[in-house]
Amino acid sequence: MRLLVIAGPPSTGKTSLSKQVIRRFRDEMCLAYLKIDVVKAYEDIELHREFGIATKKIYSGDLCPDHAAVMILDDTIAWAEALGADLLIVESAGLCLRCSPYLNQGLGVVVLSSISGIHTPEKMGAMVGLADVAIVTKIDLVSQAEREVFIQKIKELHPAILVFETNALQGTSLQRLYRLIEESPAIERDKLVLKGNPPLGTCTICLGKKEIGWKKHFGVIRKLEGPITDYLYRGE
Amino acid sequence: MINDLTIIAGRGKDGRSEDFDSLMLGAGDTISIVGPTGSGKTALITDVELLAQGDTATHRRILVNGSPPPDEIRYNPTLKPIAMITQNTKCFTDLPVLEFLEIHARARGIRSASVLDDTLSLANSFTGEKIGAEMHVTILSGGQTRSLLIADALFIGAAPVILLDEIENAGIFKQEVLNIIRAQGKIVVFVTHDPVVALLTKTRLIMENGGIKKVLTQSELEEMAADNLLEIDRRVGLIREELRAGNRITRELMAVTMTPKAVGM
Repeated sequence: MRLLVIAGPPSTGKTSLSKQVIRRFRDEMCLAYLKIDVVKAYEDIELHREFGIATKKIYSGDLCPDHAAVMILDDTIAWAEALGADLLIVESAGLCLRCSPYLNQGLGVVVLSSISGIHTPEKMGAMVGLADVAIVTKIDLVSQAEREVFIQKIKELHPAILVFETNALQGTSLQRLYRLIEESPAIERDKLVLKGNPPLGTCTICLGKKEIGWKKHFGVIRKLEGPITDYLYRGE
Repeated sequence: MINDLTIIAGRGKDGRSEDFDSLMLGAGDTISIVGPTGSGKTALITDVELLAQGDTATHRRILVNGSPPPDEIRYNPTLKPIAMITQNTKCFTDLPVLEFLEIHARARGIRSASVLDDTLSLANSFTGEKIGAEMHVTILSGGQTRSLLIADALFIGAAPVILLDEIENAGIFKQEVLNIIRAQGKIVVFVTHDPVVALLTKTRLIMENGGIKKVLTQSELEEMAADNLLEIDRRVGLIREELRAGNRITRELMAVTMTPKAVGM
């Protein structure tokens, strides 16, 4: 089974891209789809209704969505394999930009909107830095010069990344992505690990303590001023 | 590196094949695309810009020098032989003009130091409102944005193929733009509703319902008509600038508004 992990901020066109991939492959492959979100998601119902493929969703709730993904991905892969899927599409929630949901196998795709700010790629850190492919969407809304400036910013951040521009609603110019998906080797379930590092430690904030200010907390804390090495662990 | 482009027919909105097989555009050719709104004009130049390979809504294919372009050319902006000026009059990139041009030059692999200043002064020759190097591109007016993007396409895009989507709507000095572009020996494609631009080009593509309906070649009579219309256009432009400056029609200006016959031309 092949694995495609799609990440990117909300409303950049992740689901539109998923739909194009599904439309392209549904006649020749058995497809499975997972949507990870925090509070609400309808993609599983929508894609099942539109394409008749197997879909699932998971709400991360109190967990961070990438944390939730780590917990449930193995089960999801087992589910998709049991269905006989040839391609599993995992669409992340893409919220806090601290982490990235890509694994050491399969294809990691970040979706960026060409109308988001020029510094967005830098702010997205690992979500861009560890992706194999960047898909730049909504290209019908901006000039060619502006698109090229945006792509230059992505490439300066990650020179080896492959960048394709598309109008995801119409699915233009995605042939090369389709080819990469087709050629992507089968994953080995017991050898899957995260590409990036998850965030550090556990602390009183994670446990739900709501007070503001570092003096009120234990664990890994941080002050407004001072070097990063000043992280203090104040014990239990 | 690019001598000609070939457009291989796709299909219209009704799914029917277009009324031509293929169309070759060579260096120095000027082409206009005309037809009602929604007839597929912008989709056609977008196909050219993306070097479509049957993977757009129209299923057209674009050949470069007679063969499908390699992936490097399709996906690497530094190698892309095409510069397109869209109808967009708004930039979302929050950068000062000079930095915007500087990053774009880097994207296009241009090292010349003077190209930034040249681009800015060319842009300023297209518009009456001065564009400053430190102004953010997000706050430029429609006319300033189009002027900047056209100058950018000419000097930084510096591509052998230039695609222009309705430059007449830009609130810029159309004549100046036309003169500069036509002198470059490039393949120039205009999407236009302007009869002057349409008649000035060697080839006219007529669009209908998403497809190319007809391919016409400029006749001698049309070339003469274009020259006459250019003169009328120049006069209209002169009056426009007078009115924009808050002036009134004087006796001298009155002569400008008379038809060529009436003033003995």
